[in-house]
Amino acid sequence: MIIGKPSDIRSSEITPRSVYLRRREFIGKSLIASAGVSLSAVTVASEQLKSLDYRKADFKNKEGFYTNEALAPYKDIKRFNNFYEFGSDKGDPEKHAQNLTVDPWSLTVEGEVEKPGVYHLEDILKPVNIEERIYRLRCVEAWSMVIPWQGFPLADLIERFQPSSKAKYIQFETLHRPEEMPGQRARTSTIDWPYVEGLRMDEAMNPLSLIAVGLYGKELPKQNGAPLRLVIPWKYGFKSIKSIVKIRFLEKMPMTTWVSLAASEYGFYANVNPQVNHPRWSQGSERRLPSNFFSPNRIPTKPFNGYAEQVSHLYAGMDLKKYY
Amino acid sequence: MKKVLVFGLCLFPLLYIVVQAASNQLGPDGGKEVVLYFGTWSMQFLLVTLAVSPLSRRTHLRGLLRYRRMVGLFTWFYASLHLFSVLIVLLGWSWQIFLEEFSERPYMAVGILAWLFMVPLGVTSNRFMQRRLGKNWKRLHRLVYFILLLACIHLIWLVRSDFLEAFLFSLVAAALMFERLVFWLSRKKRQHPA
Repeated sequence: MIIGKPSDIRSSEITPRSVYLRRREFIGKSLIASAGVSLSAVTVASEQLKSLDYRKADFKNKEGFYTNEALAPYKDIKRFNNFYEFGSDKGDPEKHAQNLTVDPWSLTVEGEVEKPGVYHLEDILKPVNIEERIYRLRCVEAWSMVIPWQGFPLADLIERFQPSSKAKYIQFETLHRPEEMPGQRARTSTIDWPYVEGLRMDEAMNPLSLIAVGLYGKELPKQNGAPLRLVIPWKYGFKSIKSIVKIRFLEKMPMTTWVSLAASEYGFYANVNPQVNHPRWSQGSERRLPSNFFSPNRIPTKPFNGYAEQVSHLYAGMDLKKYY
Repeated sequence: MKKVLVFGLCLFPLLYIVVQAASNQLGPDGGKEVVLYFGTWSMQFLLVTLAVSPLSRRTHLRGLLRYRRMVGLFTWFYASLHLFSVLIVLLGWSWQIFLEEFSERPYMAVGILAWLFMVPLGVTSNRFMQRRLGKNWKRLHRLVYFILLLACIHLIWLVRSDFLEAFLFSLVAAALMFERLVFWLSRKKRQHPA
């Protein structure tokens, strides 16, 4: 569904953006107020994440969609995040993301596709069946967690936009809204916002590639990339871009944020690979979280984060030491 | 009495993190938190140590000099805890990983080098060694400036995308060194008037 953009509206008639973004909050509040419910109850309710309807993952699932390793607790997944838009400390996203407006949300689709346009989140989600995937997430910083996501295959989404034969790569972009994202206002940050990531088309179409909309059976918390994020379990966590607002289909390999920051440290592919160390630390092992000082919980890192069976064919014949 | 108070104050960061760890307040990656915490405090103690003489000569609080050795030793203490926690948490007591990290990761080598240079300073920080070494004691303890440089490099080398912390530490370090430069130049002038 494409939203048209009439050009004959004077800017003075347009509602200020900050107000516009909160329109559903106003409508919700006025509805509930008219029903005689106190406003304090509304604030509490708005902070609660809605439960999702989804198909649960278990051992009967396809290989790779499920693991019986111990899950990281919900609380830890919510308070330990790399989401530099909200600050570079692990606790910053939980602290600073709560003011982010995630409703309304839209996704812009551009480039080599038959159906470019601006799509409402509702329309994106209407036809999909949400399913659960229990994935290992391995951060490039050498920690990892096991996380129960709810979402749908990225391939299903891509097919709806009908990419042309020229589309060899796909680029994703995170929201850029400095007024709600304090990390984007930080003067000492060297990141050139917005955050961008990319995949090769065949990587994007792999059944493991997931668009997540939920965590632990509820809507994604804001600090985890609400309302729409990518999860690519065989690649380092920074590839799993959060709070996506734009998808571009491209003929050439796109630039990505971490490659532009330090190409010698982070590659476009960024496949989990214990054989290729980060120049400043080893990738041979990882701390499986939660861990603590007395039990660091160090485990060996597996090639492709343990998903070699599902994805190694994508890289047949490639020198993974060169294309790290 | 005052010395006991300062001693207790210097121990406070350790007590704080022990309480946090014991009550499970450090989050899912508690070990790494401990590593970073001790690293930050050893850096802060190093800056405080080096701020004692400038403060005492600029503010006429000559008494401050009495605490310099203690603060210096606490720098070594927190740096040792930092190194110790790296060995446990990040390396899991594996000497193989340790040697690999030391040879392949320059920031790690620089950090360990800084700690190694603290050893002779710590060992000679008593009256007996001071008397025994005489003039050389002062020369030896100028190593602290080299340690400061290594510590700054260690920090800058760790920057990923936000350089605020590395910048602030280096700025204070540079200010402390600048004060010394000014002081030495003015003293030289007094000794050899043109």
